[in-house]
Amino acid sequence: MAKNTNEKKFDEGMAELERVVARLEAGELPLEEALAAFESGIALVRMLNQRLTEAEARIEVLTKDAEGALRLQPLEREPGSKE
Amino acid sequence: MQLPLGLPPLTTVLTVSQLNQRVREALEIGVEELWVVGEISNFRVPPSGHFYFSLKDPRSQIAAVMFRSANQLLPFRPEDGMEVIVRGRVSLYEVRGDLQLYVDAMEPRGLGALQLALEQLKRRLAVEGLFDESRKRALPFLPQAVGIVTALRGAVIHDLRVVLQARLPGVRIVVRPVRVQGKEAVGDIVDAIADLNRVRAVEVIIVGRGGGSLEDLWAFNDERVARAIVASHVPIVSAVGHESDVTIADLVADRRAPTPSAAATMVVPDHRDLAAWLDKTTLSLHACMQRQLRRHRDHLAAQARHLRDPRQVLKALQLRIDELSERALRGVGARVRLARQQLRGGAERLQALSPLAVLQRGYSITRRVEDGAVIRDAAMLAAGESLQLTFARGSARVRVDDSSTG
Repeated sequence: MAKNTNEKKFDEGMAELERVVARLEAGELPLEEALAAFESGIALVRMLNQRLTEAEARIEVLTKDAEGALRLQPLEREPGSKE
Repeated sequence: MQLPLGLPPLTTVLTVSQLNQRVREALEIGVEELWVVGEISNFRVPPSGHFYFSLKDPRSQIAAVMFRSANQLLPFRPEDGMEVIVRGRVSLYEVRGDLQLYVDAMEPRGLGALQLALEQLKRRLAVEGLFDESRKRALPFLPQAVGIVTALRGAVIHDLRVVLQARLPGVRIVVRPVRVQGKEAVGDIVDAIADLNRVRAVEVIIVGRGGGSLEDLWAFNDERVARAIVASHVPIVSAVGHESDVTIADLVADRRAPTPSAAATMVVPDHRDLAAWLDKTTLSLHACMQRQLRRHRDHLAAQARHLRDPRQVLKALQLRIDELSERALRGVGARVRLARQQLRGGAERLQALSPLAVLQRGYSITRRVEDGAVIRDAAMLAAGESLQLTFARGSARVRVDDSSTG
């Protein structure tokens, strides 16, 4: 379970982007800080856009074995079409 | 001794026990099963678990008992004031001589037993506050994964998949298959909710089932399922039955969806809305930055106006110097002219005093050659000294022969 920026949750990213815009909107930032805020905003936009276009849906089935251990397995393509 | 009432022989006199036994036997003969309708009153359950109550109508009443073995099968709980139809037999409780109705089955009047049980459970859970909106949790804006508790095959899972994927193409779905009806359904659903709570990515759970009769939906009216939903750490959306069937699961769930599609719509945002939001936000991000840059540029320009080219400053200084020097020169010229005039005046006065003018008149100046001293007294002279005589024009050198004083 790697935790890099791409793992950042979408809604967290959205909230952060909102904050960046709000800081810029409030104005009065020194130029360097304004530029840094803008750059981080653009990076967030790129990340969020990428997350939106990750079109591969993942469907897994949670099963429990005799010992009660849980297992996640991908669901076969269509209901009814058993391997 | 003769007995006053003409009594029969003592052997035919009954004891109380014998009497009650006879009455009981008489009552039970030929009365196998009765159906009786009446209202319950004075209902009570001692620790034995048997139900004791009276059945009454406007004119009469009879004591009744429903033993634990029979009442355990009852889905609802009798209450005072409840109108019921009971099946049983009449007998005498010999110990006290009380006439009693022994009940082995009971049906509420009006509502069916299941319906009544449902109403009662609902009331009980409501009193506990399990339906309170204040207890309900907010759904996450965008869950990492959506957990689904339903049958693995069927319309519900299909509808959920279609709508979830249409709204959010990258959605992650974790299905925990269960039987949604039959004896095992309750245990399955309770386990499934607990299991999905252990999958970290699952941030919202949909518990779903298609419509059906009250009996079909029964698992979703079970108290254990209701408590499993309440105990879930992850918010739960119920999508059970059709819009008109409200189950207990619906009432305790954090949100109730009328259909599986509606549940899917509740749990994930539409990617088109997200994209639109992102576009809008990107625009305002750029607009903000532009404004910031403009602000800094304006500020810079304002500052720049205060700052002058040093060459300009030098030029101004130069002009000033030129002006000053001009004025100085003008001042000096005037001074020089004045001095010249004064000089000229002085020269004229000097001319008047000049010894040359005296010499002109025939006088001469006598100086000793040796030291240039002007001789004003003959006593200064000694014989043989050389003298220089200066005339109005020219000079002559002479020697002293003799001198005498005055």
